[in-house]
Amino acid sequence: MTKVTKTKKNTVAALIFCMVLLAIVIFLENSKIIPPTHILFTIIKKGAVYSLVAVSMNLLNGFTGLFSLGQAGFMLLGAYTYAIFTVPTAVKDNVYYLHGGSAIDFSFQELYGKLFGMEGAGGAISLILGVLTAIILGGIVAAIFAYFIGLPVLRLKSDYLAIATLGFAEIIRAIFQWQKLGPITNGANMINNIPTFSNFNIRSEGKVVFYLSSFVPVLVAMVCVAIIILLINSSYGRSFKAIRDDEIAAEAMGINLAKHKMLSFCISSFFAGVGGALFAMFTNNAQAKPFTSALTYEILLIVVIGGIGSVSGSCISSFLYVACSEWLLRFLDNETFIGEFKVPLLKNGFRMVVFSIIIMIVVLFFRQGIMGSKELPDLFKKKAKKGESVNE
Amino acid sequence: MKKVLALILACLMVCMLFTACGGETQVEEPGEVTGEATEKVIKLGVFEPATGDSASGGKKEMLGVQYAHSQTPTVDIAGETYKVELVYGDNGSDASKAPTAASQLVSEGVAMILGSYGSGVSMAGGPIFNDAGLAALGITCTNPNVTAGNDYYFRICFLDPFQGSVLANFAVDKFAAKKAYLLGEQGNEYDQGLIAFFEQAFVAAGGEVIKASFPKDSSDFTTYLNQAKNEGAEVIFTPVSIAYATQIVSQAAKLGIEIPFLGSDTLDDNKVLEAAKDTNIKLYVSTFYQEGGSPEFDAGIKEYINTNADAKTANGGDDTISAVTAMGYDAYYVALEAIKAADSADPAAIKAALGAVTYEGVSGAIAFDEIGDAKRDTAYIKTADTANGAWALETVQTVAE
Amino acid sequence: MDFIISTLLSGISVGGQYALIAIGYTMVYGILRLINFAHGDVFMATGLIMIYMCAAFPWYVALPITAMITVVLGFVIERAAYKPLRTAPRMSVMISAIGVSYLIQNVATYVTGGQPMEYPKIPFLSEMVNIGGATTSMVTVVTPVLVILLVIALVLLINHTKVGMAMRALSKDFETSQLMGIKINKVISMTFVIGSFLAAVGSFLYFSNYTRIYPVSGAMPGLKAFVAAVFGGIGSIPGAVIGAFIIGICENIIKALPPAWEVSNFVDAFTFALLIIILIAKPTGLFGEKSTDKV
Repeated sequence: MTKVTKTKKNTVAALIFCMVLLAIVIFLENSKIIPPTHILFTIIKKGAVYSLVAVSMNLLNGFTGLFSLGQAGFMLLGAYTYAIFTVPTAVKDNVYYLHGGSAIDFSFQELYGKLFGMEGAGGAISLILGVLTAIILGGIVAAIFAYFIGLPVLRLKSDYLAIATLGFAEIIRAIFQWQKLGPITNGANMINNIPTFSNFNIRSEGKVVFYLSSFVPVLVAMVCVAIIILLINSSYGRSFKAIRDDEIAAEAMGINLAKHKMLSFCISSFFAGVGGALFAMFTNNAQAKPFTSALTYEILLIVVIGGIGSVSGSCISSFLYVACSEWLLRFLDNETFIGEFKVPLLKNGFRMVVFSIIIMIVVLFFRQGIMGSKELPDLFKKKAKKGESVNE
Repeated sequence: MKKVLALILACLMVCMLFTACGGETQVEEPGEVTGEATEKVIKLGVFEPATGDSASGGKKEMLGVQYAHSQTPTVDIAGETYKVELVYGDNGSDASKAPTAASQLVSEGVAMILGSYGSGVSMAGGPIFNDAGLAALGITCTNPNVTAGNDYYFRICFLDPFQGSVLANFAVDKFAAKKAYLLGEQGNEYDQGLIAFFEQAFVAAGGEVIKASFPKDSSDFTTYLNQAKNEGAEVIFTPVSIAYATQIVSQAAKLGIEIPFLGSDTLDDNKVLEAAKDTNIKLYVSTFYQEGGSPEFDAGIKEYINTNADAKTANGGDDTISAVTAMGYDAYYVALEAIKAADSADPAAIKAALGAVTYEGVSGAIAFDEIGDAKRDTAYIKTADTANGAWALETVQTVAE
Repeated sequence: MDFIISTLLSGISVGGQYALIAIGYTMVYGILRLINFAHGDVFMATGLIMIYMCAAFPWYVALPITAMITVVLGFVIERAAYKPLRTAPRMSVMISAIGVSYLIQNVATYVTGGQPMEYPKIPFLSEMVNIGGATTSMVTVVTPVLVILLVIALVLLINHTKVGMAMRALSKDFETSQLMGIKINKVISMTFVIGSFLAAVGSFLYFSNYTRIYPVSGAMPGLKAFVAAVFGGIGSIPGAVIGAFIIGICENIIKALPPAWEVSNFVDAFTFALLIIILIAKPTGLFGEKSTDKV
């Protein structure tokens, strides 16, 4: 009985924490302290997207012990699915100008628009529902692909699995870049003019009256991460961890290895797909070019920095990684003079050198990352009992 | 112990974030006057790749802007002299890094944006400028979708449909070509777009095309080149980025391919020229500017490059003028014209004024149409003078409609 | 006809260069069970070092110096990035390898400023020859010969020297060989030295043929060489070489297929598809020894 109340307490605390975070985001964006076009908000958006993808990778690599490097491929599927189904019909000919228009002559928002109308509050509902459907569909497509990829490759172990999933991601990219599929994927061209985060800003007479563009990605990422946490704390999650710790023992305990591995792989891919859709919203377009193995490595390094096996670690490190690499360290790229003295080494590209050295230091000397396998609330519990399940 | 350490670390990072924001909040509203009472500054954002695949081109384009800035570092607004400051945002030639680079520039409070080299990054950064209400002036991003659907994006170069048809017509006129081999990078919107436009025009003129594409990061092109030869192609069209172009040209030289090569504006680069030097390659590229178009500019920029070691490195180690450099130079002056026309440092006013700006640049007359594209009807076709390692003007092609 | 010959020649040449990289992968994997992701980048770095060395010295001096520097680089990478993680899970070491690869690429971007660099001409290698009506460079002819010679030397080394025996012992059983008094760190360093040296030789040949280097030049050849190593049976040197030749030739045949079939889009995809098929159908590769550990 005591345990139940404790879990409840934790859940309430987590909910309050999330609410406060969301409130802060809304407040910052609408207050006049920082202009709404400030880079901070771009970092928040990108950080939210990356944390979702990082957590999805962590679910697979950290909690199930399956070392997969296919994340970029699943993100690509999500991004394309989202973009293909949300390009407004009015601009389709423009976007698909090389292929004489798109083979898919509708968009989700407009389908909902027929029910709710495209103007005013109805328009807002159709937009929200359309975008939501497309995002979820992106996840589902990624999960379906993951199922078929998983059938053969999940029999492989550790680095073989890694290299096979990496290979699949590259194959998926090659297919999406194929000009022959142009009427659907727009070939090499990007699919742009899709609804993005800034479409969620509330406008009146062309002027934005209430900013929600950072709130939306944070909210979506938060909900998804919460679902993943619930999953990790369920009996499925415990099975995943058992598989990670000892496959043979887990099997002996009656865990169906194939089923659970597949489940973890598909769920992880589902959220990677959702993350991909958010990524498309963030970059304002969908194109296969950025979804290379380099993106997967980036996400993997985020997971490592945050701590393999820690959800909150992945989230924190996503924001830190994005903020450092794309904002706070940018000064390293510019030649700087202190008085007459020219600071040595500073020139284009130095930022990434420093950054990769930091990463190497973390990988080599702080192997636990920021959080190890702990979660945020653990830090506040001074004498947390050993073996108690993690709640956040 | 470790917990405490981690907690402290996390707190520190959060503090760092907030101090960083705090610090930046004091940054003026976009375009507003800053600095000491005597000196007023207007910032121009340079949104260019300094790393990644397009770094080579991006740096040459920046060079033009920097040279122009060194020539004219001030602008008069409402009777007051403002110092122009260039703010750089490296988009890393990567569409996924472009939005942050763009918002970095926006946060710095720039009044207008110049760039970028590479259409993909321009399209990815465009909506950010749009949201911020900043005018962006594309210098050499030739993809139609950069300005279409974005009120705030303008550009001073010609477009790919134009360039593709110019080159196709050139192939037909000059070589009476009936069969063309089109080689581009798979999944690159620039390459594939030009190939499609070239194909349209070439097929319309009664030709036949063979298309092939290679995956990203390829370096072996010998089989493609042998294939072109084997298929009896009369021209090879390779609108690829600089790194691939140098490989293709040097491998073709080794194989002794005598089929003429046609290239787009990206191939107008001294690295490509260097690869073609002392070979029997026939290389023709379409571009925005030909050395000799404005002797005054040529002399000035050469002096600038030769007296500045950094500029020379950025230009690839010699003083051959790339068309993108000339375009960067023009873009800077177009931006100044827009600021003067607006007579204000307010981004909205500058945006409103930009559309009506006309300017006689070194690369020709610049004026904008209602979409924000430059009204350009000429392209220079240059050929590589392989004996001397220089570009020679082949013809000036106007649109053949 | 000469199109077929030139396609095959390209395939053999590129295959030979993959082979030299693949040996490095297969030896390291055989012993440490580590996919050394940084190996392809070491290969690229060798190319850049050669460029800078050639600017200072004549090519015949630069060549051995570059090979030396590469060997040192391989050694340092092992000592700095992999040795501290000897007892860590395999995943950590692999992540460290990815980190090193990231670091080398970023340093290369920083040093070159992102410009494609021109590789110096090595006399003789850069000359052109005519074989069966197809023109090709001397590298194409030299590569397979050199590869075969190096592989013979290497096989002799592994089968008939003490170090070779230690390497074989390590790849069979890490802990037991340690108990038997084998100085594992020394042997592992030796493996990296040999691997890096071969990568350096591969780099000389590869970049003499494809004379432009940019920071990601090593990534694709590296991955393909790894696929070759898996294809041939990881741990087996002759397997890696044969796998590399097969992949090199297949790749060029695919490129040479009629463009109307649109298969040239899938050159790289083919390599990965091959990898996946091999992993699933015959995880030990063509020549690999049976082991329950791998799958």
